[in-house]
Amino acid sequence: MINLQDLEKKINSEQASKIKSSEIKHNQLYINIDCNDLIEVLFFLKNNATTKFRQLIDITAVDYPEQKQRFKLTYLMLSHELNKRIILSYSINENEVIPSITEIFPSANWMEREVFDMYGIKFKDHPDLRRILTDYNFKGFPLRKDFPLTGHNEVRYSEDEKKVLYEPVKLEQNYRNFDYESPWEGTKYIKEISKKND
Amino acid sequence: MTKEKKTLNLNFGPQHPAAHGVLRLILELDGEVVEKADPHIGLLHRGTEKLIEHKTYSQAVPYFDRLDYVAPMNQEHAFALAVEDILKLEVPIRGQFIRVIFCEIGRILSHILNVTTQAMDVGALTPTLWGFEEREKLMGFYERVSGSRLHANYFRPGGVHKDLPRGLVEDLAKFCEEFPKIIDDLETLLTDNRIFKQRNVDIGIVSKQDALDYSFSGVMLRGSGVAWDLRKSQPYDCYEQLEFKIPVGKNGDCYDRYLCRIEEMRESINIINQCLVKLPKGPVKTQDAKVTPPPKKDLKNSMEALIHHFKLFTEGYRVDKDEIYKAVEAPKGEFGVYLISDGSNKPYKCKIRAPGFSHLQAMDYLIKGHMLADVPAVLGSMDIVFGEVDR
Repeated sequence: MINLQDLEKKINSEQASKIKSSEIKHNQLYINIDCNDLIEVLFFLKNNATTKFRQLIDITAVDYPEQKQRFKLTYLMLSHELNKRIILSYSINENEVIPSITEIFPSANWMEREVFDMYGIKFKDHPDLRRILTDYNFKGFPLRKDFPLTGHNEVRYSEDEKKVLYEPVKLEQNYRNFDYESPWEGTKYIKEISKKND
Repeated sequence: MTKEKKTLNLNFGPQHPAAHGVLRLILELDGEVVEKADPHIGLLHRGTEKLIEHKTYSQAVPYFDRLDYVAPMNQEHAFALAVEDILKLEVPIRGQFIRVIFCEIGRILSHILNVTTQAMDVGALTPTLWGFEEREKLMGFYERVSGSRLHANYFRPGGVHKDLPRGLVEDLAKFCEEFPKIIDDLETLLTDNRIFKQRNVDIGIVSKQDALDYSFSGVMLRGSGVAWDLRKSQPYDCYEQLEFKIPVGKNGDCYDRYLCRIEEMRESINIINQCLVKLPKGPVKTQDAKVTPPPKKDLKNSMEALIHHFKLFTEGYRVDKDEIYKAVEAPKGEFGVYLISDGSNKPYKCKIRAPGFSHLQAMDYLIKGHMLADVPAVLGSMDIVFGEVDR
């Protein structure tokens, strides 16, 4: 059985121009690449006789609003033969369109839809890029850091109108975000903050 | 005269007893043959991942109970393992054994529910009634350790919340003695049952290659003949010290998956029995005061204990900047947590990898060409619980 160090060397030598950096921690291999090389690197990892990363476990994104390249995309890969895991990642700008990998892994279909739904990241050549987890006609991208935890709309059934109504969120009590990291400054109230901004 | 081919669009769910929750399935039918299935999910989406980003690490644990609510502790386990790995916490050996016992109880809970409801979907009511009686006993064990039948919040990063109450070990041993008989009874009702076999054999066949391509895990993968179980291949906690077999299917159809689940229940009983024999004495959670709250009696006498208690229940503990993916073999497959910490007391990002999500995705591939009546059978054998699919 190949160990992680050898695997890292092997991938680095075969895909030298495409691997930006690699690291081993927590018994997993972390690889950083460039967005344009995604398809080639994934194809190599899946089909090469020594790597055989045949299973895509998940795709997800991370939002770093303060960074120039706002989103980091992550692909979790698993090889049953080698019993190893790879975490493949790259960073993109906010409006960048990235290639879809549904051609290589059919299971990427819903995973990419979820990333699109939650972060608004668009995938080129995706067969069916619709929202998946949020409501029909939902606006906004919930897992972005600038999306409020309470959301924008609330839903209720109106007995008078005999239908479901969508209304702006009205909190009976302020949502309190307790920041215990500095016990000297109390809590911040969302309403007060929004008043200041007006 | 030309005959025009007409397809019928059928809305299956979201309120349908055989949909196992809130699944809206849009089926395109040609007569009774399904041509296309488009699952609409998200009706139970609660934004768990977003909520976890706003909670401290210890406050995040209860959210995991609410994902796959038929086997709550298995999920907590994945999160606990991820945090422990970042903090480099060592779980005391007794804590590890208790966790494994309750993970296996969770597996039995989930498999009973799945096997019996799958039987109900194809027309057998009795197994459900018999099985749920046993589930009730198992949830009783949950209640005795955690105070709650379902939403346990029992596993914590660093171990488990409390030691087993008096008498529980004996009662568990008694349950393990009686339960194999119940599995036998269930099998006499189902395994050779003509109707059950007609409805399940050669339905929803998954080939080895497709199981890999569609990111299947757990029984869905093993039913197709791939011998892969994280408890064996990437053992966590004390699974290395235990002996158990991994049942693997042959044909990859609904019936093989049913057989795998039945055998897994027997293996789980075997594992619990071994744990009960081996169960060592000692603490059940790490003694690191920065993560584990002090015992109640110290609060009255020790200033330091009081400070630790206060800090842990307000600020929580901080987790170093890191990135990790940790997975466990949950009853339904590989349940994973991809955690990014930024050195503060809250996770920066916590992506939950639910096995049911990938399984349900393959619905269209599995059901194409089958009859409408096979939809509940296939859905049942996939073991879908919407708490984890929708998150």
